[in-house]
Amino acid sequence: MDGALAPLLGPALGLSAILFSLGVAGVLLRRNVIVLFVCIELMLNAVNLTFVALAQLHGASGQVMVFFVMTVAAAEAAVGLAIILAIFRHKQSVDLQNINLLRG
Amino acid sequence: MTEAVFYLFAATAVVTAALCVLSRSALSAVLWLTTTMLSLAALYVLLSAEFVAAIQVLVYAGAVMVLFLFVVMLLNLGHATSDMRGPAAVATTVVIAGLLAIQLFALWSYTPGRLAAEVAQAPQMSDPATLFVGGRIALQEAAERGVVGAVAVPLFQSYLVPFEITSILLLTAIVGAVVLAKRRI
Repeated sequence: MDGALAPLLGPALGLSAILFSLGVAGVLLRRNVIVLFVCIELMLNAVNLTFVALAQLHGASGQVMVFFVMTVAAAEAAVGLAIILAIFRHKQSVDLQNINLLRG
Repeated sequence: MTEAVFYLFAATAVVTAALCVLSRSALSAVLWLTTTMLSLAALYVLLSAEFVAAIQVLVYAGAVMVLFLFVVMLLNLGHATSDMRGPAAVATTVVIAGLLAIQLFALWSYTPGRLAAEVAQAPQMSDPATLFVGGRIALQEAAERGVVGAVAVPLFQSYLVPFEITSILLLTAIVGAVVLAKRRI
């Protein structure tokens, strides 16, 4: 058992790289605002995985950072989804093509 | 054995994340992301962060995803049509995300020993001996103070002020969400 987990540092960092890139791809690819938010959550999760992977070697401070990231993600989701609801009430759409008020 | 379980859940996470990005309806995107988060929680257990894994299941897969599901169902978007951008955007996405993936994927080759060596060479580190010594510090701390205690001690000592500021952030978010969601202010 001992010594079996520490070599997983590299694979965990690589996995978080893949997940982060998938999140970036989703943000660039999709027009649905809710899916966009989901992809942002995916990126935050990838960063959390990096923190946890390095916390194996550096102690629980990395895990504390994960809690802060989770708090920010929860706050962001609550406010963002409320904004989406308000926009939907106004425009009857969650498509980014129809939400171009600031485009000028 | 541990590595086999790790790669099983890692593959699950990647596949479900890809399905989440590519799925047509918002509802299935949210549900696939929930699966990704659950497999990430399993990975956290393997990376000796059991408390984070529990919170991941409770807060992320539980609360945040339920919030997303509520909003998706409240909006009642009807039958989903494809919302993918055009071919130009797809090409841009492949280039940007691909380059990013290639760059970040260099991290795959990191071992604890290599990380410790590189940190020790960094000029600005004040005391490299205390950082990334290559041991299994998370496991040691968990053995000393318990799984929750290992997280609680830095949270309530070194990070007490950020922790308190977090409560202000959450209060602001609550007030903001209520104000935004009201029909008339």
